[in-house]
Amino acid sequence: MARITLDHIRHAYGPNPQSEEDYALREVDHEWNDGGAYALLGPSGCGKTTLLNIISGLLQPSHGRILFDGRDVTTLSTQARNIAQVFQFPVIYDTMTVYDNLAFPLCNRGVSEADVDRRVRDMLEIIDLSDWAKRKARGLTADQKQKISLGRGLVRNDVNAILFDEPLTVIDPHMKWVLRSQLKRLHKQFGFTMVYVTHDQTEALTFADKVVVMFEGQIVQIGTPAELFERPSHTFVGYFIGSPGMNVLPAKVEGTQITLGQESLQLGYAPDIAGRNRIEVGIRPEFIHIGREGMPATVTRVEDNGRRKIVRATFEGQPIAIVASEDTEIPAEARITFDPAAINIYADSWRVDSRAN
Amino acid sequence: MLEMRNAAKLVGGEYHIHPTNLALERGTLNVLLGPTLSGKTSLMRLMAGLDRPTSGSIHFDNVDVTGMPVQKRNIAMVYQQFINYPALTVYDNIASPMRLAGKDKASIDREVRKAAELLRLTPYLDRTPLNLSGGQQQRTALARALVKNASLVLMDEPLANLDYKLREELRAELPRIFAQSGAIFVYATTEPSEALLLGGNTATLSEGRITQFGSTIHVYRKPSDIITARTFADPPLNFMEVIKSGHELEHQGGSRMAVPSHLLHVADGPVTVAFHPHHLGFASQTADAPQLRAKTLISEITGSESFVHLEFGSTRWVMLAPGIHDIAPDADVDVFLDTRHLLAFGKDGRAITTLQAA
Amino acid sequence: MNKTWNNKAWFLVLPVLLLVAFSAAIPLMTVVNYSVQDTFGNNEFFWAGTDWFDEILHSPRFWEALQRNLLFSFIILALEIPLGIFIALNMPKKGLGVPVCLVLMALPLLIPWNVVGTIWQVFGRVDIGLLGRVLASLGFDYNYVRDPIDAWITVIVMDVWHWTSLVVLLCYAGLVSIPDAYYQAAKIDGASRWSVFRYIQLPKMNRVLLIAVLLRFMDSFMIYTEPFVVTGGGPGNSTTFLSIDLVKMAIGQFDLGPAAAMSIVYFLIILLMSWIFYTVMTSSDADS
Repeated sequence: MARITLDHIRHAYGPNPQSEEDYALREVDHEWNDGGAYALLGPSGCGKTTLLNIISGLLQPSHGRILFDGRDVTTLSTQARNIAQVFQFPVIYDTMTVYDNLAFPLCNRGVSEADVDRRVRDMLEIIDLSDWAKRKARGLTADQKQKISLGRGLVRNDVNAILFDEPLTVIDPHMKWVLRSQLKRLHKQFGFTMVYVTHDQTEALTFADKVVVMFEGQIVQIGTPAELFERPSHTFVGYFIGSPGMNVLPAKVEGTQITLGQESLQLGYAPDIAGRNRIEVGIRPEFIHIGREGMPATVTRVEDNGRRKIVRATFEGQPIAIVASEDTEIPAEARITFDPAAINIYADSWRVDSRAN
Repeated sequence: MLEMRNAAKLVGGEYHIHPTNLALERGTLNVLLGPTLSGKTSLMRLMAGLDRPTSGSIHFDNVDVTGMPVQKRNIAMVYQQFINYPALTVYDNIASPMRLAGKDKASIDREVRKAAELLRLTPYLDRTPLNLSGGQQQRTALARALVKNASLVLMDEPLANLDYKLREELRAELPRIFAQSGAIFVYATTEPSEALLLGGNTATLSEGRITQFGSTIHVYRKPSDIITARTFADPPLNFMEVIKSGHELEHQGGSRMAVPSHLLHVADGPVTVAFHPHHLGFASQTADAPQLRAKTLISEITGSESFVHLEFGSTRWVMLAPGIHDIAPDADVDVFLDTRHLLAFGKDGRAITTLQAA
Repeated sequence: MNKTWNNKAWFLVLPVLLLVAFSAAIPLMTVVNYSVQDTFGNNEFFWAGTDWFDEILHSPRFWEALQRNLLFSFIILALEIPLGIFIALNMPKKGLGVPVCLVLMALPLLIPWNVVGTIWQVFGRVDIGLLGRVLASLGFDYNYVRDPIDAWITVIVMDVWHWTSLVVLLCYAGLVSIPDAYYQAAKIDGASRWSVFRYIQLPKMNRVLLIAVLLRFMDSFMIYTEPFVVTGGGPGNSTTFLSIDLVKMAIGQFDLGPAAAMSIVYFLIILLMSWIFYTVMTSSDADS
């Protein structure tokens, strides 16, 4: 397992990139810990797959270096980087048995037969496929095939990192839960460095210690699931994480007072907005309380998704979403209150903290 | 109204679709919910007339249409793959079914612009599909299906190939779009959360059989059997085998709990009870919530909530607890069960109807 | 319930049915008809029963021709299939090379059979042909008119030149349909070039290879035009294949009865062999 250093990496697919827009991946400069579980999260075209391909060695970045445990691997091939990868669609060797699929990477590396047998049997046990060892891999279900792909990586106990490229795309919802928790347990057990690419926030948040949110070729925030949820550093993170996403409302800020249309609120601090133009207030639907007290809002629609209610309402002329528990009654003359601790202030889309003083 | 009367599809001595009775009203949205290979696509093919049922019949507005080829029925389909004419602009793509129907230019133009407005495609009318994002491509396909003014619109996992956030947005838009049409919508999906967001009616499918059909929220809250309950739960439902005797439920591991009032009428003996992950918590939601001891397997944090995977006896549970709980694996924890929403199933897997039926 | 059955669509199939009837079914029946009767061409027929079949199956001439056919088809498959796979594997997968290679590969396929024969007939001639002269000047005693081995080599090289492209194109189609992820996974697993071929490319080409083998077998087993043009079946009978023999018998000697019987036996052999190939090559799919 290895620490991954992304040293001022930039990548453009075309030759001679002129402006920032020509880069599919703008500057990335980070260090990822040995044994960490990282998720690259973002919409399609945000550069997450480009970054994954740079780590796997499929692409060479136009600028910058990539290091594993301090060793420069920028020019090394995929093979030489000693990594494992699980792809979006299960990649297995159809004509081989499940056992041979797992033994394949070991045999290729000239591991002794007894050692191969021991490790393959252990791995079959870990991924719950012992009973299928002698079966041809062709007839298996999608989730079993994905487990084989994963097993092929894990069976080589010396890999630097395991990369996942939207591995649960073709898995049924029920099996997703099983596979995800199994993967997470394996990570706790073996502590390998993992990089997981997905557009699905639930997968990213539940899987990773650190989620890397990407947008238009840039990393907009790296943080724990809780940080991304409570303190999104960009309105895009607020929108992209959480369902529904964060409510973003235009506002005026003076000192510690926020004005939203006719209403005003008090903050516990004075945000540093000197010289900024567009000021917005961000509040998650989970932190708006709906009841008979507070500011008036007009409920337009209530979606009951079984576990909770999503209330769509208009507040000061702006559409907002509110999340309420399944037993909450929605009054006709609804009033709402914001949890003051959960309010974030954004200036030109980036989050601002209190004035440094 | 679309009616399947005992319609079945037998292939090589095996039922792909068991004899099915189903009636779908005009102007409704009907979700077919089930895992891969549960028969959603086969069922849609029967409805569309792409396949002929091996027995039984299919009626549209009380006219037998069994065996009538798909071209003769007024049907639109939207697939998981974004299927558009790559060489035509969005405008021409949307206009194509009306041009085929030989409508006049003015009314085509009006309809195209209306559909484009509804699906937020107006700025892209002059582009070709290859220059659009996946979401826009699929919206174009949807618009084409809508302007056809079909009496039956079949959608086979239309959002499966889209990004999570786009899916979320389109899901929220779809009911609004459907509401403006008088057609019968049939929407296949593997995801319970999608069915819940879409609302309307849901038919749960398992192994080529419709296990229950009814209003979506009703099927979710009152599944008629264990298979339906399992199919319609994401995160997965938790189960517990208990023996009911009098006012008490006893688990073989020794845990006891009071029978919730809605299950008091159930006959004594073995019962399978089930509950959703959010009805389990670290804190007691009601005064008499039973306390159970379980072992943690792993916890997953979503930012505001935690999914804690537990082992209770030999069964696996998922608990959805508000807040962040990063608990070490293999620790013993006490959890509380909110029994007010407990589902109960008899030995045969049928749900035991509750006294306060909804 | 009244079901309205609309059978008009069947009329649309009628032209094809007629075409198939005139081009295949009726000639085949005529051949069957001839094979059990004796005629001298003046529209007088005598019942011959299975006499002609007896005669054919007991004639050494038939068995020799059949042996030549089997040997020829075997050599053709043994050369063209591996060579075709090899070329397909080495063709570029993207860039400008793709259309260039595809056009080059398609060229021999576009040339009519008899023209191919004529080209090689001239090409190999020792007096004026480029190949013949070059070989002769290099000291090779090459003469396809005189030497049976040279005649065989010429016919085989000609067929390989003409038809390997078909195998290449089919295999290439199979290869480009393999997603990149497979190659990437193989790299990560440290697979050798041979393992990639054995466990990824070959299994994925299985289906197209079946088609290639069937087409090449049937075509080579029915070979007629090229050897007829180049060698005329000689020297001696060394390149007289079943088809050439058949034409000699039917048109040269006007033995319509035996020729018809031979056609039917020939037809059944091709059918049987194709079935064997098909069964063997698809049997690997059936397990698991």
